[in-house]
Amino acid sequence: METKDYLKDIQDIKEMMSKSSQFISLSGLSGILAGVYALVGAWIAYKTIYFDTSTMGNYKHLVISQEAVYKLLVIAAMVVILSLATGLFLSIRKAKKNNETVWNSAAKRLFINFMIPMVTGGFFILFLIEKEMLGLVAPLTLLFYGLACVNASKYTLGSVRYLGITMIVLGLLSTWFLGYGLLFWAIGFGFCHILYGSVMYFKYERK
Amino acid sequence: MKNIIQHINKAFDHRIRLGIMSVLMVNESADFTTLKELLGVTDGNLASHTKALETEDYISIEKQFIGRKPNTSYRATPLGKAAFKEHINALEKLIQKS
Repeated sequence: METKDYLKDIQDIKEMMSKSSQFISLSGLSGILAGVYALVGAWIAYKTIYFDTSTMGNYKHLVISQEAVYKLLVIAAMVVILSLATGLFLSIRKAKKNNETVWNSAAKRLFINFMIPMVTGGFFILFLIEKEMLGLVAPLTLLFYGLACVNASKYTLGSVRYLGITMIVLGLLSTWFLGYGLLFWAIGFGFCHILYGSVMYFKYERK
Repeated sequence: MKNIIQHINKAFDHRIRLGIMSVLMVNESADFTTLKELLGVTDGNLASHTKALETEDYISIEKQFIGRKPNTSYRATPLGKAAFKEHINALEKLIQKS
């Protein structure tokens, strides 16, 4: 009996365990693109808030018109939909390249565990908007997204966990520095996505 | 040395069976197609290896219908999990020894 065979056995076991329980086709490139969309979205939102409303200047006295709120919602929805579509498209491509099925049980678990905090947060924030409590919307999107990432990270690449923790910290900071929501939003969804997307891209995809 | 080799389990002494057990250690259950795709084996090949593990009582088989399609899913029994852990420990020791 050669030791080499046993070593190979152990490597096979390890590989099969992670392959079957983690969704490894998540594409880093889609993170980078999602970050770019978010930055563009934040820029348009900035324009909408500060140039379309009658009150300029101090955040705390900022009055956002009903029309502007709808416009912001549309921008946010566009960013989310574009990001999801890109993520899906690139992950499917990566999975095909690795000869894996995309919608496997690991992907399902990833999706479900990501969506539980996301849907909770989504409804919570929609209710806040409905009740015209807009101040906490930006921090809460960061917080819920961060929690969703941490929750989902067990089922995919490890970097997602750190992305989630960063988002949570940013969310808390932006709750403290209320009024700079858009800035934190751009840092979180924009720069952090680009940063962690690049890390994932260079770590797992460029071989 | 003799002692360690005793713990190397003959039932796991095959790449596909090792693969099946690895998947079932970290997943509550897995169905036939999932296992087939993960391991990259043919239907017949997988069936004979799951059968072998079932005879040892290391995995349990559950057959049901999803809609009209028959679906077979497998899970590791407590006995199978314990045996597999012992097998891995023995493998590790063997590697360390040499």
